[in-house]
Amino acid sequence: MAAQLTPADVLKVAKLARLKLSDAEVGDYTAKLGGILAYVDSLGEVNTDEIEPMVHAVELSNVFRTDEATPSLPREAALSNAPKTDGQFFLVPQILDAE
Amino acid sequence: MSILGATAGELVKRLDRGDVTSIDVTTAYLEAIAAADGKVNAFLHVNRDKALEQARAIDEKRRRGQCVGALGGLPVAIKDVICTQGEPTTCGSRMLERFVPPYDAHVISRLREADAVLIGRTNMDEFAMGSSTENSAYKTTSNPWDLTRTPGGSSGGSAAAVAACMAPLALGSDTGGSIRQPAGFCGVVGMKPTYGRVSRYGLVAYASSLDQIGPFANDVGGAALLLETIAGHDHRDSTSVAAAVPEYSRTVEEPLTGLRIGIAKEHFVSGLDQQVEAAIRNALEVYRSLGAEIKEVSLPHSKYAVAVYYIVAPSEASSNLARYDGVHYGHRAAHFDNMIDMYCASRAEGFGAEVKRRIMLGTYALSAGYYDAYYLKALKVRRLIRNDFDAAFREVDVIASPVAPTPAFKIGELVNDPLAMYLSDIYTISANLAGLPGISIPAGFSQTNLPIGLQLLAPPFEEERLLRAARMFERETDWHRRRPASAPG
Repeated sequence: MAAQLTPADVLKVAKLARLKLSDAEVGDYTAKLGGILAYVDSLGEVNTDEIEPMVHAVELSNVFRTDEATPSLPREAALSNAPKTDGQFFLVPQILDAE
Repeated sequence: MSILGATAGELVKRLDRGDVTSIDVTTAYLEAIAAADGKVNAFLHVNRDKALEQARAIDEKRRRGQCVGALGGLPVAIKDVICTQGEPTTCGSRMLERFVPPYDAHVISRLREADAVLIGRTNMDEFAMGSSTENSAYKTTSNPWDLTRTPGGSSGGSAAAVAACMAPLALGSDTGGSIRQPAGFCGVVGMKPTYGRVSRYGLVAYASSLDQIGPFANDVGGAALLLETIAGHDHRDSTSVAAAVPEYSRTVEEPLTGLRIGIAKEHFVSGLDQQVEAAIRNALEVYRSLGAEIKEVSLPHSKYAVAVYYIVAPSEASSNLARYDGVHYGHRAAHFDNMIDMYCASRAEGFGAEVKRRIMLGTYALSAGYYDAYYLKALKVRRLIRNDFDAAFREVDVIASPVAPTPAFKIGELVNDPLAMYLSDIYTISANLAGLPGISIPAGFSQTNLPIGLQLLAPPFEEERLLRAARMFERETDWHRRRPASAPG
């Protein structure tokens, strides 16, 4: 399945995963992830024609409950672990140009 | 008998009779932690005053003649991945160094209702990813039987705490063996319940289709008592199952007649340490002498379990851990260029190497062009693994195997070889993929005095059978009574 993993692949995946990697990490992940993927390739030997994927151990279908409003976390508690807030909202860096 | 040498069941009886108070018991364990944890490093956080305050309140309740819960003032150590209101819950990660949950996990609410004393938070591999507890951002836990060796992982702190008599009971979580493998390495009892038996509400998610909370204890009865306390339906976890919870602690003493034990030929192959194999064969002889029938079964897809796991678990992890974005909680980098860079820098600084490795692996497996080849393929083989068990359990009641291929390995031995580390979970991972309950019980020692664990697996929701089968063996042996020299006496 897997072609040889390249540093460019690793950088692409890091971008998707929102991870900043050092040059050393790129080298390390290229080698070690490549090794793990080579091991995982053994799954290719298994005939899985007509086999349904198993996404969950307990295959429940929809679980319903009554749609009732119940108390939720108070705002102060919800914000209590945030790196930056104004007491009302989570604050993030500016995402639009200031014009 | 001393408090520290006693089982959970014995201590609960003594507390109920008033022979000892919760303050006596809690103080004894706090002193044990003070004496031994400098060497073992099982705990990340112990709040002595808060523990004694809980113990005092329970003693007071009892003095006033009020109804006291099933744990009646017994201390329980908690893996640092289970949210506890007002207590640090770091998951062994820099990402959550200052995180203090605003609510209790379901299992914590249950423990409070049962009048447990929450004695401390135990060390773990970061976000439960690892098999040695070396991936903690804070400290390396030692195996109480040999301080140069790992306690296993990821719930290594909880296993070491019980083994070194620093807590009579502990909670862990098991995604691929993270309760059973450290229990085996540390010579204690550890159990992964059926997926859905225990609510995951408030368990910080690693791989949601595999994660399950379970007990550690110094005997099977203790595991039964703690499982009974935490099991049952919770509407806040839609995967928790509304099945009746048997009274495990009452039925655990009843031996099973006509027990059929399966052994899988695929489990006794190269890579299995000879001393481990000998201990498992001896254990089977014990069962035979109790009238059990030993039958060979086949689990032909078990050799693919590690490969399936290392697609399914990292895929789920890459999605679950996307929540650590430096916005709602957790670490935010001090320096960044823009919003996206803030995410990337915060995650780079907050996560350790193994967590990043699994996020990368999962992101790759789910990315365009690879989803069918990796993720979907793994899910199909996952079903074949489950089908193997369904077929085997038509022939036998439980399946016996080693917990791990070797006794505890050295600290540092596998840390730079992730694949070798992953293979230490080869006997435990299938149960998570198939959703089965499993238990690890002490079954011997190596020539170098390292514990060896026996694993028993059962069909879904047959925890009662598992506990009774485990207790039959325990009653005939004294492996579980041995304590490491590092434990305070």
